Amino acid sequence: MRLSDLSKGDRGVITGIGPSDAASARLGHAIPHDELERRLLEMGFVEGARFQVLHEGLVGRDPIAIKLDDMRLALRRREASAVQVALDERGAAAR
Amino acid sequence: MASLVQEPCCTAPRVALVGNPNCGKTALFNALTGARQKVANFPGVTVERKAGLALTPAGRRAQIVDLPGTYSLRARSPDEAVTRDVVLGRLAGEAQPDILVCVADATNLRLVLRLVMELRQLGQPMVLVLNMFDIAERQGIRIDREGLSQALGVPIVTAVAVRRRGLEAVLQEVDALAERIGPDAAAHDWREPTAQEIRAAHREAERILKLTVKPPLRPDTWTGRLDGVLLHPVAGTLILLAILFLMFQAVFSWATPLMDLIDAGFRLLGRGFAELLPPGLLQSFLVDGVIAGVGSVLVFLPQILILFFFIILLEDFGYMARAAFLMDRLMGAAGLHGRAFIPLLSSFACAIPGIMSARVIDNRRDRFTTILVAPLTTCSARIPVYTLIISAFIPERLVWGFANLQGLVMFGLYAAGILSALAVAFVIRRLLWRGAAEPFLIELPAYKLPDPANVARGLTLRARIFLRRAGTIIFSMMVLIWFLSSFPAPPPGAPGPAIDYSLAGLLGHAIHPLLAPIGFSWQMAVALIPGMAAREVAVGVLGTVYSLGGEVGGGTLAHALAGQWSLASALAFLAWYVFAPQCASTLAVVRRETNSLLWPTILFAYMLALAYGAAFLVFRLASLWPG
Repeated sequence: MRLSDLSKGDRGVITGIGPSDAASARLGHAIPHDELERRLLEMGFVEGARFQVLHEGLVGRDPIAIKLDDMRLALRRREASAVQVALDERGAAAR
Repeated sequence: MASLVQEPCCTAPRVALVGNPNCGKTALFNALTGARQKVANFPGVTVERKAGLALTPAGRRAQIVDLPGTYSLRARSPDEAVTRDVVLGRLAGEAQPDILVCVADATNLRLVLRLVMELRQLGQPMVLVLNMFDIAERQGIRIDREGLSQALGVPIVTAVAVRRRGLEAVLQEVDALAERIGPDAAAHDWREPTAQEIRAAHREAERILKLTVKPPLRPDTWTGRLDGVLLHPVAGTLILLAILFLMFQAVFSWATPLMDLIDAGFRLLGRGFAELLPPGLLQSFLVDGVIAGVGSVLVFLPQILILFFFIILLEDFGYMARAAFLMDRLMGAAGLHGRAFIPLLSSFACAIPGIMSARVIDNRRDRFTTILVAPLTTCSARIPVYTLIISAFIPERLVWGFANLQGLVMFGLYAAGILSALAVAFVIRRLLWRGAAEPFLIELPAYKLPDPANVARGLTLRARIFLRRAGTIIFSMMVLIWFLSSFPAPPPGAPGPAIDYSLAGLLGHAIHPLLAPIGFSWQMAVALIPGMAAREVAVGVLGTVYSLGGEVGGGTLAHALAGQWSLASALAFLAWYVFAPQCASTLAVVRRETNSLLWPTILFAYMLALAYGAAFLVFRLASLWPG
């Protein structure tokens, strides 16, 4: 499951940083995948980090604001699609 | 030690402040250096360089430089590249710092630990400052400083920069580190870490964090609660709009009394000089050229300061990142980055700070797109022109029972600016740089109450930058314009206005045929030339043209215009002003920020084309209008 598929209130743990949707689709990133991976890592998107989706944008529920460990971040779903996650049981049940 | 005292680095060590964004680094810089600050640019780049002096307890004169905030030495934006290059000693013309002071938000250590580990590889003397330590204590975060210091291998001090606490300790540590400055300090082998190395560094940081920092007993719940409202898709957007509305109300209504005061002051000064000096060239130069010229620019200081007051306040409070979150989709639809919101907002005061603040955007394409459209937003220099034309031609009456027609036209001009900026950005992204969008990935910092002293310092800085600009570029332009419109003098006894015989008059007449299709008279053409110095100057020139021209019979300028221009011409003039590249300083800044002549040329060409097209359309349509 990817971070980009989640909705407000979902929580869980990050399991990996992989290629994003955009990498395979025709929408290209301005930066190569390896660079996106490093930027995500530098901002704390690292395997084992806990997160919760706090808010979604008005249009197309994009971008999303999340709590990542003890900090808060905002990112577009396009970038979030590079983040693989595992949902908590309760979060998954609520969906 | 005694032998080392001779070394300049030991008596005056160069100290660089490094840290994540939002760690209170600038507050620490301000507290350490006080008023002894110098603001310039880093050599060869346009990133602001703030430097100052601090006296250490041992009597060293530490030269402190504030580096742009970053998460890593792998630079992503021009600002971050400066931090990397200075720290690595790669920036030509900027000496490598002897001592690094890494500043951390004590309540948010996770990401900074990795930066500390990266900086440590450089082998330079370094100290870690745990800033905002009072907030960490209030939240009950327990930090084992001894253990953290050992694990990281750097000394640690705590500080509360905004309360001026812990400064002595920081400077003592600078003293201690200055003893250790060695010739081998510069030997390092930094290279960009790979993804795996960043992961490993994270694991190490995580391990250290678990060992030495206990999570807060009373975590900050305010940020979460405020975000519940401020980031809410509907409520948050409405609040953002309300804040923007308040800002513009403030810029236009609070500033008026001050602006009137400045205006009256300069008028008085001018009249004083006019009485003191005999009429002639010197009087004309001082009164019409210098005093009137500087006055017409200084009058905008209150508006610029009020706008920056809001921007600095919102930035310090932590709201700007939220605004970028809320606006990202709208900006994204036009092909802009969420962060472009801040530069575009600043451009309402003046395109120059707006263009300069586009540096917060990492990606070159996104940054250039923002720079190219920023001058389309209605800057405060257009206001005098808009106000003059509107008061002369638009009747003051209510429409739809509540709206003032004049206010409505003003709003329409603003809307035209915003919409055209978004539309042009969209076209640029379609034509020049298709597809590829820069990632939007930003930290939402915890909310903090802005520190009044810091806000005041930021405002003083902006005022100084503006005054310096007014004192140099604009002043010389005004003198040039005065020269152009005074020389050559008309032959004695010549009929018609004096300016008609001057160089400005000749130029105006020369370009008039080009502007006739859009309904401009030669006086309007003349006003456009000096308007290149600063848009608002056009108002002064119209005044000069019509009073030097002897066509103002006691009435106000607006009155004179209403008698001279047709409504269609006036509307075309307004349309021209929405788009026209009427500001030489903006073009100069674009040249500097993009480091090429190509972009200012493109900017000039497309804005000129839009201005001509819009004025043409408006003139033709308005001429068709009956009555």
